[in-house]
Amino acid sequence: MLKIENLHARVEGKDILKGLTLTVKPGEVHAIMGPNGAGKSTLGNVLSGREGYEVTAGSVLFEGRDLLALEPEERAAAGLFLAFQYPVEIPGVNNTYFLRAALNAQRKQRGQGELDSMQFLKLVREKLKIMQISDELLHRAVNEGFSGGEKKRNEIFQMAVLEPKLAILDETDSGLDIDALKQVAQGVNALRSPDRAFLVITHYQRLLDYIEPDFVHVLADGRIVESGDKSLALKLEEHGYAWVAERDPALANEARA
Amino acid sequence: MTIENDSPAVLRDNAEVAAALGRRYEAGFVTDIETDSLPPGLSEDIVRQLSALKGEPEWMTDWRLKAYRHWLTMPMPNWAKLNIAPIDFQAISYYASPKNKPKSLDEVDPKLLETYDKLGVPLHERAKLAGVAVDAVFDSVSVGTTFRKELAEAGVIFCSMSEAIREHSELVQKYLGSVVPTGDNYFAALNSAVFSDGSFVFIPKGVRCPMELSTYFRINAGHTGQFERTLIIAEEGAYVSYLEGCTAPMRDENQLHAAVVELVALEQAQIKYSTVQNWYPGDEEGRGGIYNFVTKRGDCRGDDSKISWTQVETGSAITWKYPSCVLRGDRSVGEFYSVALTHHRQQADTGTKMIHQGKGTRSKIVSKGISAGRSSNSYRGLVKMEKGAEGARNYTQCDSLLIGKKCGAHTFPYMEVKNPTAIVEHEATTSKISDDQLFYCRSRGIGEEDAVSMIVDGFCKQVFRELPMEFAVEAKKLLEISLEGAVG
Repeated sequence: MLKIENLHARVEGKDILKGLTLTVKPGEVHAIMGPNGAGKSTLGNVLSGREGYEVTAGSVLFEGRDLLALEPEERAAAGLFLAFQYPVEIPGVNNTYFLRAALNAQRKQRGQGELDSMQFLKLVREKLKIMQISDELLHRAVNEGFSGGEKKRNEIFQMAVLEPKLAILDETDSGLDIDALKQVAQGVNALRSPDRAFLVITHYQRLLDYIEPDFVHVLADGRIVESGDKSLALKLEEHGYAWVAERDPALANEARA
Repeated sequence: MTIENDSPAVLRDNAEVAAALGRRYEAGFVTDIETDSLPPGLSEDIVRQLSALKGEPEWMTDWRLKAYRHWLTMPMPNWAKLNIAPIDFQAISYYASPKNKPKSLDEVDPKLLETYDKLGVPLHERAKLAGVAVDAVFDSVSVGTTFRKELAEAGVIFCSMSEAIREHSELVQKYLGSVVPTGDNYFAALNSAVFSDGSFVFIPKGVRCPMELSTYFRINAGHTGQFERTLIIAEEGAYVSYLEGCTAPMRDENQLHAAVVELVALEQAQIKYSTVQNWYPGDEEGRGGIYNFVTKRGDCRGDDSKISWTQVETGSAITWKYPSCVLRGDRSVGEFYSVALTHHRQQADTGTKMIHQGKGTRSKIVSKGISAGRSSNSYRGLVKMEKGAEGARNYTQCDSLLIGKKCGAHTFPYMEVKNPTAIVEHEATTSKISDDQLFYCRSRGIGEEDAVSMIVDGFCKQVFRELPMEFAVEAKKLLEISLEGAVG
């Protein structure tokens, strides 16, 4: 589904990703862990096409298409979804209206018919079973005045409605207390399916107690330096990220230099 | 407070995309119709001829001449933040009227009906706008007013100003110039001398006008100015909601539009006045377009009266306009809701004046300025609390939104408080459509242009809410069209 090869990317002239390679198949959940500044969020932003991120080498194929050649909205229509670490407020724009506009824009790009308000309302009701958010939030402006937890739940709710093929969760656990974290994780788990893959970017192992990954990768200095199953996350938790650096002579050398 | 937006925003003006998309001005066609017009130029003679052409009584001619003589003594104002090329008042024709002036709507030239059809304002019987009575002003004259019979049954007078001067002379004489005197300002004096038509509305005591009233102004003839005069009177306890719309053909020349609107609200009366202004704004390089110099003022003459201005300004090369309220009656209320959008080389200097005289008067100002391209957009507002304004309150909210990095937004709030019990609040914000907002929308599948429209629409929501429903939809569409090519 997703094939990243030797990806190099820079932001404001600084190299952040330095040869990242990763393959994700449908139905899989991959966790990307790593210390601050390792390039975790850059990966999410590069994949979803944010401006200001320059890819200097490497390739990304998404279902066989050259993902990097697509505009952000085309990537969304192709089935990519990014749950933001910091969801953005759009004053005056109704949350439900926004979501319907997004869904219909995607459907239009895919050559499907647009949903009218009744059809959309039905869909929303159905998806509220997956990720409960209050009526009041549905009718407020997009993310405006939402608490941290409400914003993250809103992201997962959007994901439920947009039904992406690949969802990238960018530090969705940041700033959440344990109850909010559980709710968000429940929502994500309800959306797991054999056709849908997840890339879960996180700093802490905590989230992976609730969203169980098939694979865990450690990202350090712009590359994946260690991959394993979920037990890797537990080892990291125990030993800290310094442990990875010690095991990787190249990294250790670079750190000394 | 002045904010020039030249920071290195990531949002770039992509000249190619902007040029390719250009700007669609759908009302830019010319109607091929024979016109009677006065030769270009302005003199006492022209003023007399104009008055004679309209068959006006002597008092009206004298009133015009007095205004003209006053105008001659006045300098053109230059305090606004506008670059105005010198206007040659002798090169303008002050009167243009379609030949074969119709007596009633049935006799209106089919070409005229077609023009208004194209503009989405059908006048003929079968297709009249449901629930909205329309007075259509074409160049210098009113060509027809719909729903006259229905309105007359309610006691409402809604007709052209020319007709009102002939048929309702005593009302016109009593109220004309009572809110905006002939010598009020340069353009008001000019208008008083040469105004050719406009709408007249009279709602008698206790009557709630049974439908929305509207005037649709259309400039068609070249080298012509439009100088219309509108007068709305709501007697004790009356209510009326009034809307004006404006368009003009695309021309390389600048055309002058200098209107005066006067509103009078007696005790407990309410007037709601909405404008969707879409005069031709000129092209990308600032060639052509309407010079829109307008004086609009409402007088809350009676206690507990209310006047509310709502305006959506997207057109004109230059807009100079400050719809105001004089809050004379105790507990009277003035409101001003404005969206002003400028793009390309457009310039707008617009805002309001709230003059609090009566006790317990209240006013509210919500202004939303949107600048794109190389345009300049200024809010200028005066809140004045006079000695008698015991316990008066004002709340002002002034927000600017910048698109691109070559435009400018400016805010000039003036306050004069002569009563210590009065409360004046002012809030102002300036924001850019952030890259984060755009990316958020795009990452959900919404294209860039649609995302900008959506964000701008959200920004204007507070004002659009005040417009009658159909016009809110129209205003939203107008903003979308006006913003085409604003980002790339």
